[in-house]
Amino acid sequence: MPDKPKIAFYWCASCGGCEESIVDLAEDILEVAQAVDIVFWPVAMDFKRKDVEAMPDGSILATMVNGSIRTSEQEEMAYLLRRKSQILIAYGSCAHTGGVPSLANQFSREQILRYVYEDAPTVVNEQRVRPQPRHQHNGTAVSLPEFRGLVRSLDQVVEVDYYLPGCPPTPKLLKQAVLTLLSGNLPPKGTVLAPDTALCDQCPRKETKPTDLKINEFKRPHWTQIDPNTCFLAQGIICMGPATRSGCEAQCISGNMPCTGCFGPTSRVRDQGAKILSSLASSVNAREPEDIEKILDGIVDPVGTFYRYSLAKSLLRAKVTR
Amino acid sequence: MEDKPVATDKLSTSRDWEPLIVAFFCNWCTYTAADLAGVSRMGYDPNVRVIRVMCSGRVDPQFVLDAFAHGADGVLIGGCHPGDCHYVEGNYKALRRYLLLKRLLRELGIEEGRLRLEWIAASEGEKVSKTINEMVEQVRALGPLRLTRKFKEWDAELAALEAEAQSEEVAAHA
Ligand code: SF4
Ligand code: SF4
Ligand code: FES
Repeated sequence: MPDKPKIAFYWCASCGGCEESIVDLAEDILEVAQAVDIVFWPVAMDFKRKDVEAMPDGSILATMVNGSIRTSEQEEMAYLLRRKSQILIAYGSCAHTGGVPSLANQFSREQILRYVYEDAPTVVNEQRVRPQPRHQHNGTAVSLPEFRGLVRSLDQVVEVDYYLPGCPPTPKLLKQAVLTLLSGNLPPKGTVLAPDTALCDQCPRKETKPTDLKINEFKRPHWTQIDPNTCFLAQGIICMGPATRSGCEAQCISGNMPCTGCFGPTSRVRDQGAKILSSLASSVNAREPEDIEKILDGIVDPVGTFYRYSLAKSLLRAKVTR
Repeated sequence: MEDKPVATDKLSTSRDWEPLIVAFFCNWCTYTAADLAGVSRMGYDPNVRVIRVMCSGRVDPQFVLDAFAHGADGVLIGGCHPGDCHYVEGNYKALRRYLLLKRLLRELGIEEGRLRLEWIAASEGEKVSKTINEMVEQVRALGPLRLTRKFKEWDAELAALEAEAQSEEVAAHA
């Protein structure tokens, strides 16, 4: 009997939610496990890096890497898994577009280390000790990965074949992706494995989205009584739906929360944040600069709102004067 | 990477650097005015690269960010005066996008003076040359932005490891 195709999962700078979404396949995971051999999955199985190193190059059919890339160790693993895999898939927002961790690209390495190891109110560190990449302890050399100056998406480090978007991707999309891989009928390289339309298309509230939207005031969701049947934008609540790829089946909307953009942009948009900025600004219902500014004051954190999951992959990539 | 460190230092002095401004001009007004400035021999600084668009409302904020990402030190948008836009609302949209984009740029470390929006009618050739010259001076005072070079510097930390990985690969296949 020929060997079953080999699949691997790995995580980098991520929260663990993507791993959870794999487990969320529930009984379907058995079906997947029957069709493939999982040869590496640190969260769930006891294989080590040296096991991967010992595999012949290209011997893994597909590896799904979640998380963005912040440390030298994550880079090494990305190179290694790239070499060992025929297909490398960026799994989830962080690997796809940088994710929430890439909001840290607003700060320098020094600012981050100082805050985390010295200034944070819960930290007691009188000697201001910071982790060192290399250290001698009782005559033994110990080492830690380098903390890089920037958070990157997976494709900013190695070549990526496909993307599974979402924070996290839905089990349904994962299952579809695995079936596609096994079918051998592969989409063109670089494809995002989700529909290429905006979320508004899948949204149960789309009928209530005015064609000539006029925004008089931006309201924050936690300070607003939200009507569960009306388009968020029509209620003055920022919804990333117009600038976000569909595929999640409007999960947040169904929970009466606006979309925050985790599926990334469609293929026609290069910069998700600039896209929503453009669409929101055009709808602001004012003509005089002072009146416009007054309405824009309601957007308290433009970078964190427009680039919640995509700062690393934005055109500017980071605060340029960190 | 192709620059030696010495050259980098030298280039960052103002004498070797000239501001590069990308200008998006509306076909119906500012672009015509720039033409007029040209034929009337009103000079303006050669630091500007003009891109003609059909309306200031066509300037997607992505164009502005892309210009910066490709090495522009400043971006200028020229449109018809309020009330004069051929597509009625285009210039108001441009104004709102510009004001929000400025807020975003500020948080991403790009100074106010690097993005400017002006209403310039087809007859205002002089205003074109004045605006361009003013903006070039302002950006010159701010100094270079040169993101293309910054991106390379940011990614230098990756290059070392990649080279190492490749040499290992070569060794493994030898
Ligand atoms: S803007 Fe949001 S709430 Fe409105 S239709 Fe689009 S996804 Fe739905
Ligand atoms: S509604 Fe938006 S934020 Fe929520 S899961 Fe879907 S794409 Fe992600
Ligand atoms: S036509 Fe000139 S700004 Fe719209």
